[in-house]
Amino acid sequence: MFDELRDLYQEVIFDHNRNPRNFRVMEDADRQVEGFNPLCGDRLTLYLKMDGEVIKDVSFQGSGCAISTASVSLMTEIIKGMTEQQAAELFKKFHEMTTGKDENLQLEALGKLAVLAGVREYPARVKCATLAWHTLDAALKNQHTPVSTE
Amino acid sequence: MTHFPVEKIRADFPILAQKIRGKDLVYLDNAASCQKPNAVIDAIGDLYRNDYANIHRGVHTLSVRSTDKFEGARGKVRDFINAASEKEIVFVRGATEAINLVAQSYGRANIRAGDEILITGMEHHSNIVPWQLLCEQTGAVLKVAPINRKGELIYEAFDALLSEKTRLVAVAHMSNALGTINPVEKIIAAAHARSVPVLLDGAQAAPHMKVDVKALDCDFYAFSGHKLYGPSGIGVLYGKQALLEAMPPYQGGGDMIRKVTFEKSDYNKLPYKFEAGTPSIADVVGLGAAIDYLNAVGMENVAAYEAELLDYATERARNIDGLTIIGEAAQKGAILSFVLENVHPHDIGTMLDSLGIAIRAGHHCAMPVMDFFEVPATARASFAMYNTRAEIDVLMQGIESLIKVFG
Ligand SMILES: Cc1ncc(COP(=O)(O)O)c(C=O)c1O
Repeated sequence: MFDELRDLYQEVIFDHNRNPRNFRVMEDADRQVEGFNPLCGDRLTLYLKMDGEVIKDVSFQGSGCAISTASVSLMTEIIKGMTEQQAAELFKKFHEMTTGKDENLQLEALGKLAVLAGVREYPARVKCATLAWHTLDAALKNQHTPVSTE
Repeated sequence: MTHFPVEKIRADFPILAQKIRGKDLVYLDNAASCQKPNAVIDAIGDLYRNDYANIHRGVHTLSVRSTDKFEGARGKVRDFINAASEKEIVFVRGATEAINLVAQSYGRANIRAGDEILITGMEHHSNIVPWQLLCEQTGAVLKVAPINRKGELIYEAFDALLSEKTRLVAVAHMSNALGTINPVEKIIAAAHARSVPVLLDGAQAAPHMKVDVKALDCDFYAFSGHKLYGPSGIGVLYGKQALLEAMPPYQGGGDMIRKVTFEKSDYNKLPYKFEAGTPSIADVVGLGAAIDYLNAVGMENVAAYEAELLDYATERARNIDGLTIIGEAAQKGAILSFVLENVHPHDIGTMLDSLGIAIRAGHHCAMPVMDFFEVPATARASFAMYNTRAEIDVLMQGIESLIKVFG
C-alpha cells in the first residue's frame, strides 16, 4: 500500500526506529547538546565522550519521528571511533546528500547513511534527518546552547 | 443521515477533483485552511477583470464599482454574524490581526499594571502571544484557566479566576487543536456580571456553526476568511460600537483619517478608523462571495452534517487499536486530533500523504495544549462541509495500514 514510500522508509529505518542504538543517558559525558525541531516537537539530547580528538563514545535520548530517530541512531553507530575532523567531514557529506545540491554525490562514501537519501524528495522531512547532525555539529564545536532547526 | 447535497457542493470546489500521488485527494486539513468554491474564485477574478480600482476616494466609475462591492461585502459580514451595524465590522488580515488590534488598541488604553487578562489553556498562539506582549508593555498579568483531560475548560476554575482585577476575557469559541466548543454564553454572562468585556476567537467556530454576536452578547469577535472558504489575507474584527468608538486607532495612514495637518489629525468614523491604508479589496469581495455560498447551503445544515461526519469518524477511530483521540469534549466541532502508540504524527502525515490524504501533524500552534497532554505533537484530521463518509473510510483504512507497516 505504501510502495512509493519505500525510498523514504527503508527497512533499516524501521529497524532503527524500533530499536534505536546507543539510546541511553551518558552519565560521564564530556559534551552534551540538545536539539529541537519546534515544527514537529522532536527533541534529542546527544552525549559525547572524547578521548583527545577521538569520539570515544556517543549516545542519545529523546523522542522523534522514525526518520529523525533512525538518523540519530545510525549517526551514533557510525561516528563512534571517528576523529572530530572525520565526523565534521561526514556531516558535510550528509548535508549535501539530504539537501540534494550535489548531483554527483557518491552515495557509497556515506555507507549505511545512504538509506536516508530518500528525504531529498520530501522537503518537509529533510529537517527530521538533519536534526541529529546539526546537534552533533554543535557538540563538535563545543557549543552548549540548544540547537533548533528553525 | 439527513440529506445534505455534498456531491453538488464538491463539484463547486475545483481543487478537490484531483489526484495526489496517483490517488484521489482526500483533503482533511480544513482547520488550517479551507478550499475555495468557484463562486469565490470567480468573484475575485471578476473584480480584477471588470471592476477593479482603489476604493473610497475615487469619483470615477471603476472606483465606485469597487467601493460598492467592497462595502457590499461588509454588509454580508454584518448579516452573517448578526451585528447591529456595519460600523462594527472591521476588515483586518485575519483572526491574528484582529486579536492584536484589540490587544494594542483596547488593551493599551484600558489595561494597567496589576490588571489581569484571562484566557484558557486551549488557546491558539494567536490568542496567547498578543496578550503576553500587552502584559510586557503594561505590567498586566496573564491568567490561564485550566482544561481537563477531555480537553474541556474547567468552568469552575475559570469562574474562580475571574476577579476584580480582570479587565478582559479572551477565549476560543472553538479550539483548533482539540475541537472543543467552549460554553461561551456562560463565560460571557459571568464576565459581564463583573463588567469585564469578552473577546471570542472565532477562527474555528465561524466556519462550522451559526454565529450571532447579538445573541452571544460578546464584545469582540475575531475570525479569518480563509477558514471560511474565502481568501487568505482577509479577516474580520467585530466589536461593539461603543467600545470601538472609544478605542484609539491601531495603525495610522490613509483612509483612517478625516483631516491631517502637521499639528494634528482627526480620525475617520467607524469602521474606517481601524482600516488604515489600501485594504485587500479583492479578498474582501471574495469573502462576501464565500458568505453568500455558505448562506445558500445554510449554516445549520453545515453544522448538522459535520456533526454526523465527526460522530462517524470518532466511532471508527475508537475501534483502532493503539489510537488515542486527543480532545473528547462533550461539545465538539469537526476536528479529530489523535496520536498512535508506535507512530510519530510526522510519519503519519507523510504516510497518509502517499495515499492522497492531507492531514496536519504538529503542535497546531497550540504548544501549551501539547504540553498538557504530554505529547510532542498530534495528527489532526479536520472536516469541512465537502468531506464525505467515504473519505473517512479511506482515512481510517490508511491509519490501519500504516500501523501494520510500523509494526
Ligand atoms: C483557534 C484559532 N485562532 C486563531 C487562528 C489564527 O488565524 P489566522 O492565522 O488566520 O490569523 C487560528 C488559525 O489557525 C485558529 O485556529
